[in-house]
Amino acid sequence: MSAQLPPVGMLTELTHRCPLQCPYCSNPLELHKAADELSTDQWLSVFDQAADLGVLQVHLSGGEPTLRTDLEELVSKLAERQVYANLITAAVTLTRDRLAGLADRGLHHVQISFQSLQPERAERIGNYKNALAKKLQVAEWARELGLAITLNAPIHRQNIDEVENFFDTAVEIGAERIEVAHVQYYGWALLNRAALIPSAEETARAVEIVDKARQRLKGILNIDCVVPDYYAKYPKPCMSGWGREFFCVAPDGKVLPCHAAPSITSLEFDNVREKPLAEIWENSDAFNRFRGTGWMKEPCRSCERKEIDFGGCRCQAFALAGDAAATDPACTLSPEHEAMRALADKESGEPPPAFTYRRIGAAV
Amino acid sequence: MPAPERKLVSITSKPKMPDYVILRRDDVRDRWVALAPERLIELDERSLDVLRLCDGTRTVDQLAQELAEAYDAPSEVIAEDVMAFLQDWSDRLLVKL
Repeated sequence: MSAQLPPVGMLTELTHRCPLQCPYCSNPLELHKAADELSTDQWLSVFDQAADLGVLQVHLSGGEPTLRTDLEELVSKLAERQVYANLITAAVTLTRDRLAGLADRGLHHVQISFQSLQPERAERIGNYKNALAKKLQVAEWARELGLAITLNAPIHRQNIDEVENFFDTAVEIGAERIEVAHVQYYGWALLNRAALIPSAEETARAVEIVDKARQRLKGILNIDCVVPDYYAKYPKPCMSGWGREFFCVAPDGKVLPCHAAPSITSLEFDNVREKPLAEIWENSDAFNRFRGTGWMKEPCRSCERKEIDFGGCRCQAFALAGDAAATDPACTLSPEHEAMRALADKESGEPPPAFTYRRIGAAV
Repeated sequence: MPAPERKLVSITSKPKMPDYVILRRDDVRDRWVALAPERLIELDERSLDVLRLCDGTRTVDQLAQELAEAYDAPSEVIAEDVMAFLQDWSDRLLVKL
C-alpha cells in the first residue's frame, strides 16, 4: 500500500486504575494492573515519537490519569512539543494545587465526566461516595484557573432523563463544551447492556433535546453528541476510519487502532516497548487489517457511503455479527441489524438488572 | 448570575483568542493550525493574519484597516469578511469578542 498519512490524534490510557467503577467503562474487560504500566520515560518517549509522527492532539485518559504521579512531567513534555493536551478525568481525586500545577505546565483543557446530576444516582452509577460534589468543585477550580472545561455526560437508560439538566449545568459551570456521549456497547457496556440501553422513544427524545440545545446555545456552548447507534440508520464513522487519523496506546504500551480493539480477539497488537511508533503506525498488521476499503465485504463494498462511515465499528461487528470484517450491525443494510434492534427493544423494555461494576477481575 | 448570551460581532468589538486556543505550525503537513479542546482547524493565510491581530486591544475596525493596507484592498470589504469570520469563530468559542 502507499505511504500511510500521519496520525492527528492519540488517546493514551495512562493507567487502568480508577476510583470509579462505572458499568459502561470504555476500558477492556481485562484490565491492566499498575505493574504492567509503562514507566515515565517510556511515556515521554511515546509522546516525542508521536509529535515527530505528526500527532497534534493527545488525550490523557485512563482509568483515571491523575493517579499517575508523573502526570506533570507528561504534560510538560506535550507543552514543549506544542501538542494539545486534553485531560480526561473523573476528577474525584484532584486537588486544587495539582490542577494549578498542571495548568502551569501547559494544560489548557480538562474534560470531567458526570455520571448524574443527582447525588445519590451519581454515587450508584460510579459506585463512589460524594462524587458529584467533588466534580463540581474541580470544575470551579478549573474555571478559576482559566482552563477550558468539557462536561462529559455518558448517557444510558438510568440517566437519560437528565440530558436537559446536563446542558444547564454545563452552562452554569462555565464549560466551553459538552459531550453528550450515548454509551457505546462493547466491553463493560456490552456486559451491562440490559441495565444501560434506553428505549427507542427515550433515545429519540434525547436527540430532540440535543437538537434544540444546539440552536439555543449557539455561541455559548460547543456541543458534541455521540449517537446511540442501535437506533440509527447508518453506523457511526468509528475513529474516522480504522488506522486513518487516530490511535490509542494502552497502559502496557500496546498500540491499538481504537481503545476497544482488544475485544477483537483475532487481532494481535504491537507494543512501543518493542518497536518504534512510526513503524507500528505504518506496518502493524492490526492497523492494516481494516485500513481503506479493500477489506470490505458486501453490502459495504458497493455502498456509496463506504468512505463516509467506513463500514462502522469493527468491534461491534465482531461482537454482534461474529466477524470483524462484517458490516457494523448498527447499519440498516446489515443482515444482523434487525436482530440487534430486537435485542435493544427487548432489553430496554424490561426492568434493568443490577450493574456488574467495573473492577479488576469482575468480568473475567 | 445572568444567563450567558451569544456575542455578536461589531466594528467596535475587541476580539481576543482565549488562552486555550493555540496557533502553531504543523511542519509534518506544511501548514498552520489552530488547536482547541478536541478541535483542530487548518488555517489559510488570511485566517492566520486575522487571528494574529486578535490580541484584545485592537477593534475590528482597526484590524480591518491594518489588513486593508497589507492587502492593498478597500477596508469596507475587508471589514465585512473579517466580521463574518470572527462571528463564526466566536460562535465556536474560538475567539472572545
